[in-house]
Amino acid sequence: MAQVTLRKVVKAYEGGVQAVKGIDLDIADHEFVVLVGPSGCGKSTTLRMIAGLEEISDGEIAIGGKVINDVPPRDRDIAMVFQNYALYPHMTVFDNMAFGLMLRKFPKEEIKRRVDNAARILDITPLLERKPKALSGGQRQRVAMGRAIVRDPKVFLFDEPLSNLDAKLRVQMRTEIKKVHQTVRTTTVYVTHDQVEAMTLADRVVVMNGGIIEQVGSPQELYHNPKTRFVAGFIGSPAMNFIPGRLENGAGALRVHLPNDIVLPVPAERTARYQNLAGREILFGIRPEHLTEAKNLDRPHFAPMTATPEVTEPMGMETLVHFKMAGAEICGRVDPLAPAAPGQPLPMAVDMSNMHILDPQSGRVL
Amino acid sequence: MSSTTATPFVPAEIKHGSLKRERRWALIGAYIALAVFVLFFMIPPFHMLMTSLKSSAEIADLSGNPWIVSAPTLQNYWELLTEGNYLIHFRNSVIVTTCTVVISMIISVMAAFALARMKFWGSATLATGVFLTYLVPETLLFIPMFQIIGSLGLYNNMWAMVLIFPTLTVPFCTWIMIGYFASIPKELDEAALIDGAGHLQMLWKIFIPVALPGILAAMIFAFTVSWAAFIYPIAFLVSSDQMVLTVGIVSDLIRADTFQWGKIMAGALMAALPPLLVYAFLMDYYIAGLTAGATKG
Repeated sequence: MAQVTLRKVVKAYEGGVQAVKGIDLDIADHEFVVLVGPSGCGKSTTLRMIAGLEEISDGEIAIGGKVINDVPPRDRDIAMVFQNYALYPHMTVFDNMAFGLMLRKFPKEEIKRRVDNAARILDITPLLERKPKALSGGQRQRVAMGRAIVRDPKVFLFDEPLSNLDAKLRVQMRTEIKKVHQTVRTTTVYVTHDQVEAMTLADRVVVMNGGIIEQVGSPQELYHNPKTRFVAGFIGSPAMNFIPGRLENGAGALRVHLPNDIVLPVPAERTARYQNLAGREILFGIRPEHLTEAKNLDRPHFAPMTATPEVTEPMGMETLVHFKMAGAEICGRVDPLAPAAPGQPLPMAVDMSNMHILDPQSGRVL
Repeated sequence: MSSTTATPFVPAEIKHGSLKRERRWALIGAYIALAVFVLFFMIPPFHMLMTSLKSSAEIADLSGNPWIVSAPTLQNYWELLTEGNYLIHFRNSVIVTTCTVVISMIISVMAAFALARMKFWGSATLATGVFLTYLVPETLLFIPMFQIIGSLGLYNNMWAMVLIFPTLTVPFCTWIMIGYFASIPKELDEAALIDGAGHLQMLWKIFIPVALPGILAAMIFAFTVSWAAFIYPIAFLVSSDQMVLTVGIVSDLIRADTFQWGKIMAGALMAALPPLLVYAFLMDYYIAGLTAGATKG
């Protein structure tokens, strides 16, 4: 059993700066949890507190039900993969992977068996006698993972392990990491600032910002039901569009009234939810993929509008169009065959069933 | 055949300042500078070698050329190695230097590891303080040092040198090692911590092997300082059997105003041999960058 529990965990530095401001988190056995957020949000600090590399200022961290606040890193039964690999430069790949086991006085045969096994999983058997400097970035990262796997620890900790790799290798290693997790099933805490990595790898994503947890949920949940403006804007690429406006009753139905007299009808099934907000200032949120060319206008919740793209970005499978709407910079996603060109008015549709209404003051999704 | 083939080939004029030309001049300049440098620094050893191969009569003969040996002899070397205390001085130098290097390395590696890696209150100030002690010249220290050595009963005892030389070497060696240890990525010790290493294991199995070039640099420094030290030995050692080479040569081979130039030169040349060997063999290791591949890059 290797669940990880964080209770009101605080990391404060001298001078009163709090990097982590009392977070609670429960990570289940075998779960793959990704901590994601912008630089300085406290995600790495949280991971390092779990590892024992940073002291916990307040609160409690438990691994497998045992509080480990005062347990040194080596006795926490964890393994960590670092952003810059942190391989021992004077040791061969084999020795790098075996080092932890040797320090723990494992018998030679057992060490060899484990290293060979991990090398097979990671496909690095031919590299075992090489030194780190003779390896490519991707190979070094595999060795770093191998060093974690051979230990068969309770928890894997990954600290931005793919940040130093080029884009193509990153995608490849992402798949590798997922594959390894599906094989060894070790509880994993993974830190990244890349929301794509977070979405693709995680069973559950923990979005952090300013030392607190904004939201915890499955990738789908965060994408479709963000709870705060930060999560709504952070998850998804390109980011969600936000336009300030007002909810109002008109023509017998609830409508979103945006500047420049743009009026969008609220779908009937959501009227009840927003009825009591009528007359209030709101923030209207809509993802680029829900602002598309006008092809589904026959569906009830698609509202028509016209956009004049300022910039178009053909991506191959889709084209991103950037335009101004109600005074805001907006991004939409259209079919690559749609007649999108800068300066040419383009009929578009807003999928109102996927809209989000936020409180402009608190930033909460209503 | 077209008329163009008949035209004689005219090489394109090399433009002034072309890359090839500039490179050639840079190389010529570099070689001239190096030649002057080598010549300048080889003159004294050459003069020593020539003098050491001369007999006393030839040295005393003012009509001869000081740069040329007319009747080369190994007499000076032979006498040094068979008579007198030269070999004892050599042995003393080896013992004192070996002990100094070992003691300096043990102290400075451990001190540097603590100062560079185990952050504690005042560690930065202490690190600067260590270096500042190196700046106090030994000419200022040998009088108080004389009292300490005297009170310890170590006056005229070569083991006093083993006690004193580390005061010259440890600060600078520690300083070199702090720099080296600081250049080792922090993640390396964190990885070792998680792998289960204690501080001593981390030092022994990770830091020392990775910082080997730095350790060799510090060792070369400690060796040189200890082998060439002069002020302390001449102040604290009086009897010939306790002397190290630097003092032994000048004490035994200069009697009042009688300078045995041939032997002095032979002795000094042989005394310069160990540093020469140390530099020749350790330089390669010293230059090799072992940290390559530790992290990205």
